[in-house]
Amino acid sequence: MTAIAERPAVAETPVPTEFAQVFEPSAEATKQLVIINWSGELDKIWPTLIMSSAAAASGYKTSVFITFWGLLPFVKNQRRIVGENWMQKMLTLMQRPGIDHLKLSKMNFLGMGPWMIGTLSKKYNVAKPAELLEACQALGVEFIPCQMTMEMFGLKREDMIDGLGEPAGAATVIELMTQPNTASLFI
Amino acid sequence: MPSTTILDARGLKCPMPIVKTAQQIKVVSRGDLLEVLATDPGSVADFAAWSRSTGNELVGQSVEDGVYHFVLRRK
Repeated sequence: MTAIAERPAVAETPVPTEFAQVFEPSAEATKQLVIINWSGELDKIWPTLIMSSAAAASGYKTSVFITFWGLLPFVKNQRRIVGENWMQKMLTLMQRPGIDHLKLSKMNFLGMGPWMIGTLSKKYNVAKPAELLEACQALGVEFIPCQMTMEMFGLKREDMIDGLGEPAGAATVIELMTQPNTASLFI
Repeated sequence: MPSTTILDARGLKCPMPIVKTAQQIKVVSRGDLLEVLATDPGSVADFAAWSRSTGNELVGQSVEDGVYHFVLRRK
């Protein structure tokens, strides 16, 4: 318990009151799951959100560090092109950001693959990434955006969905991953 | 006599039955029971694991017409 409470750099950062509940780590949590969410693809975001919602539902303190392509699903759905310069804008022109606009890492076929997966998931009543993300936030999963990649992609806080944690860097994640009773995944 | 709350998770797939259970158990009083109905066969292993992870005891389980019943006691 004490090991988890000791996270001064992040814990002391003021959090907007309306999200305070989202960030409140479970008082009973003694085990944690840390996921580095590097990929922005549908078939990788899905397991990230399933594992983190299941872990949080099971009482684990759960943190997801979102970095590189993994930042784009956490951009607001209605943002079409983000970034400050033409190269950053090109990136999101080629890869539309937002949790509802994900591509598959294989068999994408210009959107045919995601459409079929979406249809199958509906038919078999599997929760969509957007629903899982909502569940994660309700259960207190902390999503920590990577400060460095946000800058490189020209992403601002207002481009990102509400309820994310304070942007942080590699040392923060290393500290989380090396806590006792912690499982870490790179997805 | 502990009171029993029913949670209908029929039709939901992994991980939603335990997500809903985790949210519902918070509004159950300590010592009271939560009975979850589920149709996902994976939930048999998942509810046992969830019970061990969270310390909420799985006091009973049964299957009837393809519907699993898990009875949990809020710790």
